[in-house]
Amino acid sequence: MYSLTDASKSFRQGQRTIAALRSVSLEIADGEFVAIQGPTGGGKSTLLQLLGALDRPSSGSVRLGDTELSTADERALARLRAGSIGFVFQNFNLIPTLTALENVQMALVPHRVDVARSRARAAEALGWVGLGARLDHRPAELSGGQQQRVAIARAIVTSPAVLLADEPTGNLDEAMRDEILSLLEGMWRERGLTMIVVTHDSAVAHRAQRRLHLKDGIVHERRPAA
Amino acid sequence: MFGRYLRRELLGRRRQTVIVAVGMALAIALVVVVNSVSTGMRDAQAAALQSIYGVGTDITVSNPPVRPSEGGAGGAGPQRFDFGSGGSGGGSGGTGSTDGSTTVSQSRLIPAGATFDASELKTIEGVSGVAAATGVLSLRNVSFNGQIPDGAQPEQGAPGSGGARGSFDVDSFTVLGIDPSGTAVGPLSSVEVTEGRALDAADSGQDVALLDASYATTAGLSVGGTVEVGGTTMQVVGLLGSTSTSSETAANVYLPLDVAQTLAGQSGKLSEVYVAAQSSAQVDAVASAITAALPDARVSTEAQLAASVSGSLGAAAGLMSSLGLWLSIGVLAAAVLLAALFTISGVSRRTREFGTLKAIGWANRRIVGQVAAESLVQSLIGGIAGAIIGIAAVLLVNASGVTLAAQAAGGTLGGAGAGPFGRSGGGAADGGGRVVQAAASATDIVLHAPVSVWVVLLAIALAAAGGIVAGALGGWRASRLRPADALREIA
Repeated sequence: MYSLTDASKSFRQGQRTIAALRSVSLEIADGEFVAIQGPTGGGKSTLLQLLGALDRPSSGSVRLGDTELSTADERALARLRAGSIGFVFQNFNLIPTLTALENVQMALVPHRVDVARSRARAAEALGWVGLGARLDHRPAELSGGQQQRVAIARAIVTSPAVLLADEPTGNLDEAMRDEILSLLEGMWRERGLTMIVVTHDSAVAHRAQRRLHLKDGIVHERRPAA
Repeated sequence: MFGRYLRRELLGRRRQTVIVAVGMALAIALVVVVNSVSTGMRDAQAAALQSIYGVGTDITVSNPPVRPSEGGAGGAGPQRFDFGSGGSGGGSGGTGSTDGSTTVSQSRLIPAGATFDASELKTIEGVSGVAAATGVLSLRNVSFNGQIPDGAQPEQGAPGSGGARGSFDVDSFTVLGIDPSGTAVGPLSSVEVTEGRALDAADSGQDVALLDASYATTAGLSVGGTVEVGGTTMQVVGLLGSTSTSSETAANVYLPLDVAQTLAGQSGKLSEVYVAAQSSAQVDAVASAITAALPDARVSTEAQLAASVSGSLGAAAGLMSSLGLWLSIGVLAAAVLLAALFTISGVSRRTREFGTLKAIGWANRRIVGQVAAESLVQSLIGGIAGAIIGIAAVLLVNASGVTLAAQAAGGTLGGAGAGPFGRSGGGAADGGGRVVQAAASATDIVLHAPVSVWVVLLAIALAAAGGIVAGALGGWRASRLRPADALREIA
């Protein structure tokens, strides 16, 4: 699935250059559930953005299947994001003016799905995350956990091969966190997704098959105890 | 989904939508009003000129004005009433009465400006490119009726009063001597006979007159009656009205040219020649050729004549063409700028939204299209509202019946200044009995601002263009957002 070879990413900040990732080499197989942990500023989100084709490495290679993400053009990356990758964000990132159904439908826009099919697929995805009765609610009318469920529905409605989640439970209380974790885990198991989750929460990380620790831009692998 | 997202965003950001739409509406309303009223002003100027110079007149030729004191070859100088000799103009010079005062009744016909020899008409007709030309003699008839103290000229006093020992009235009206056989060019080309008949070639040398219908009503004259001009009784054979509903005709009374020349003592003289060029493209060339042939004459083209329209119409037209134009351009630019600023600031506020859309696979092109479409629709809403407001404002202007006074300075300007005596019909007499003519031909025109479909479409197109410009700027800003940066910004 993913193959990273000496992938580095640095940013200019005024006169300084900040190395967010340093020569990361990594393989992630199809269907793996990987948790990425580490201190703030360690490079977790940067790695997730490289994996999600949202950014290109400053040097090295990032491959998703047959596609070299470091050299692909913007349109190819957009196609890849639309078809193969689903995102779940800490802040849910729902569009406040749209209903839950419409938010999910937005992910189908690049696929040019007709309106009826788009509605049906979005409603099905929302039903799957337990929000079949909240289709016409706007984000402001939903709880944090429900909003994250909408975001998960939006991420899976296109049936992606990869689900990338950036602190998916970061803004939720403990009960809600467990609900969302169960949902994500169930999805991973049932759909055979490759799931990569950036988290500070050890409870989340403990559910993963692999745990990567990122500190100062360098990846350290921690295999969970059997 | 595109339409729904668009609608939801516009409704969800109602305040921004309303501000941008209101700004654009004001600009577009102003464009519609300025354009329509300017067109109305131009039409009014054309109507003013038509009433004076006639339809189809491309060029007028006259002699430069002379000051009254100079007299001039054309005899435009001041003339005096002679109440003791029986008068040269007509009427009685004066009859004594038992109370020591003298009853006088005199009527004079004087040129309303410099004149020139009628042979110059032939010269003009011979100029290459001239399609038609006709000469006229502009005159003013001034009548003096009343009693004055015996052995004295009227003293200066209050209008209509000869002071403590007499009373008198001064009445005047404009007279135009015209070629009775031709109306293709000149003042009669823009009039129609409302009653009676027009003049024809057989009327040459006959004491017949046509009257402006408005003047006839005011003066209580009618077809079949008579009017005294220069002391001679003329039979009224017809009434004339302007073909333009908003203007009067060029003069109060029309006489056969030769009769007018004889009565005014201006045999073989003309005051103006109206010229039609063979084509509009030739007007300037023909004007130059006439100037070359008659270097002392004043040659004015239609464009120059339009510039000569003064009075409130001239002032309003000038205001509309300068201030109105720049005001509408300024407000339009401000509206586009406002829309652009709001769009760009909206993009900045929606960084997370666009970052998310990019993350879920929306291409740059689609996001740019979304931003541009939102801006376009906001501006179109404003444009359509502005067009409706503008049309309503124009209809209000038309309904209010704004009347503008137009004065077209002709080529027969003479002495300036109104005298202290009472005046009627625009004439003026000074205290010494000298008479000077009015400086210009005046007419009142009701402003009618036309609303053209093209102006409305142009206004809406301008709004759309403004929206596209603002949307393009906002879209460009959105396209520059890198999804990682957009999401990092909010992390």
